[in-house]
Amino acid sequence: MSSRDLILGRVRRALADVPRDGAPPAPERPGKDSPYEEAVARSYLREHGSRSVAETVDLLAENLADYRAIVHRSTEEELPYVIMRLLAERGAQYVLVPPRLPPEWMSAADPTQVHDRAVSTPHELDRVASVVTGCAVAVAETGTIVLDGSPDQGRRRITLIPDHHICVVRVPDQVVASVPQALERLDPARPLTWISGPSATSDIELDRVEGVHGPRTLEVVLVSGE
Amino acid sequence: MSGTFVGMPAFPKAAHEAVNNATLRGNLRHATHTIRTKRAKAVAELSDWAELREAGKRIKDHTLRHLDRYLTQLEESVTAAGGVVHWAADAEEANRIVTALVKMTGESEVVKVKSMATQEIGLNEALEAAGIHAYETDLAELIVQLGKDRPSHILVPAIHRNRGEIRDIFVREMGEWGRPAPEGLTDTPAELAEAARLHLREKFLRAKVGISGANFMVAETGTLVVVESEGNGRMCLTLPETLISVVGIEKIVPSWRDLEVFLQTLPRSSTAERMNPYTSMWTGTTDGDGPQTFHLVLLDNGRTDTLADEVGRQALRCIRCSACLNVCPVYERAGGHAYGSVYPGPIGAILSPQLRGTASEIDASLPYASSLCGACYEVCPVAIDIPEVLVHLRERIAEGGRVTKDGNTVVLKPAKGHAAERAAMRAARWAFSHPGAMGAGQRLASRTRRFHPRTLPGPGRAWSATRELPAVPAESFREWWQRTRGGKDTTK
Ligand code: SF4
Repeated sequence: MSSRDLILGRVRRALADVPRDGAPPAPERPGKDSPYEEAVARSYLREHGSRSVAETVDLLAENLADYRAIVHRSTEEELPYVIMRLLAERGAQYVLVPPRLPPEWMSAADPTQVHDRAVSTPHELDRVASVVTGCAVAVAETGTIVLDGSPDQGRRRITLIPDHHICVVRVPDQVVASVPQALERLDPARPLTWISGPSATSDIELDRVEGVHGPRTLEVVLVSGE
Repeated sequence: MSGTFVGMPAFPKAAHEAVNNATLRGNLRHATHTIRTKRAKAVAELSDWAELREAGKRIKDHTLRHLDRYLTQLEESVTAAGGVVHWAADAEEANRIVTALVKMTGESEVVKVKSMATQEIGLNEALEAAGIHAYETDLAELIVQLGKDRPSHILVPAIHRNRGEIRDIFVREMGEWGRPAPEGLTDTPAELAEAARLHLREKFLRAKVGISGANFMVAETGTLVVVESEGNGRMCLTLPETLISVVGIEKIVPSWRDLEVFLQTLPRSSTAERMNPYTSMWTGTTDGDGPQTFHLVLLDNGRTDTLADEVGRQALRCIRCSACLNVCPVYERAGGHAYGSVYPGPIGAILSPQLRGTASEIDASLPYASSLCGACYEVCPVAIDIPEVLVHLRERIAEGGRVTKDGNTVVLKPAKGHAAERAAMRAARWAFSHPGAMGAGQRLASRTRRFHPRTLPGPGRAWSATRELPAVPAESFREWWQRTRGGKDTTK
């Protein structure tokens, strides 16, 4: 007997006492309602508290900062200059950019743009200090940005190896209030990275230290449409 | 479980030694109290905590009750997404599968993100025996590995080490394993973290094979989820060409949407944060991004035996948040090593004897490693009634009975040498069937705590002779709970 059959057989025997509650199939398609959805009561909230759109964006800014991300706000026109300034402050000579970052974002920046090619080794990327990306969605209640590998965010490794990550969030379009609302917007088929503040550890006597392996500085630019 | 713990003395003896170690006790006390206070605050932020907890419990119960179905569904979705699924009935088989997979890549080094499942099966030792070196990359795990030590906490495995000890370990050992510690390394946490960053980065950037566990697996989509803080998880999950994940079969949730419950309750319960710094989710492989080969090893190793126990199976709901450790008065004094397994604290006291059986002295003693104060149940985000399972296991050890071992029913004989426990157990069972009496007893104990003896009188003497009796808290947990979040509206 294969281990698969062995384990499944053991599971079935172990559950001999359990009345199977009807047919409880999981949803056929992600996000769609199904009998399973009725089997588990979800009386928890979809969002905590009621806020205006502007207040939700403020909460995002507050929670990002609380988790030690550095938050900036700008309009679309100002954005290239904000990015230029943030890179200049770090003395960045090279900056990693995903394949389809809106080119105007980088129009004022001085550093040489480096693309992440399939043949680039992690060692090569390690020589680049900063990376600029967009995001898929941002969660106000938790101060989280989520990347889904879209062309304006790039492969997962580019936001991991450089020490400095500038992430641009379009407000209010890309902002949701809560974790449940974020999951609704995301596609599970894509590789997802949820980032709440910079890399951190509390392993040494529970003192929080920023930056063990991921970028030690996370700057989030909230850019508004007008 | 892991061979690491073979030959461990039983809990009473190990705990007794730990209690006499002042450094350990000081570190633990500081740590557990800090997390405990922060956690209560993080939980209080969510007005629907009670509902989230209930939903988490139900999702997990529902999953367990249809585990065969969800396992096959998961297998289909992972395969459809480009992954390869393997099934391992026990530790030995899992180790064999992983070793063969690593050998196929031709590599002799792997990077690992902290995983309790791989610790449970003793994977590092098995790989080492096959000439493959496994590097732990979580800072605490690195401290533990370099210190040739064992982890003592689910979440902060090196909680028993203070900064001075960590500095000494780094200076002494790093050079043996790769990049040595920087000259003149001091014991400030920032410098120690920097030393670890440099030491490990060298390994990440050249790694070809990564090994992980997972916090959740989604049956409908085939998505795996790893929750972490440092970024070593992201490194192991995205830089290598091959990724091997070893995951217990109980880690399934049915739907994508279910993650909304656990991504809210897990970070708050474990690190007391609104959200942990990094969460990675991957579904099979993605062209041109991350590992191009993905293997999932589904691990039984005693889980189906646990599932067969009608009272004990609830332990499989555990999401390893470690909240129960941080509130446990026994854990606080005894430390994680005393439990003799990778799962310490209250959850370890019910999980290890179920996964491994109670044949060994340490496993038979674990269900007694508790004062049954109930604090672990109150904080558990999936409402596992740990005291109930403890009493159930005590009863089984003391009086024998039918259990499932490797899928077969066997009849346990009453344990010898547990006469005192039998008496203690009877008392506990009485208290449980008279909840009023237990509540009153606890409250009474709090008020009179200054007069509490260090040993128990009567039949409890033998038991307490080898154990430090936990100090009775100033306020019983139930009192505190009622005062701070009485009634249904528990999070205000
Ligand atoms: S038993 Fe509950 S509180 Fe303890 S680690 Fe598991 S989920 Fe957390």
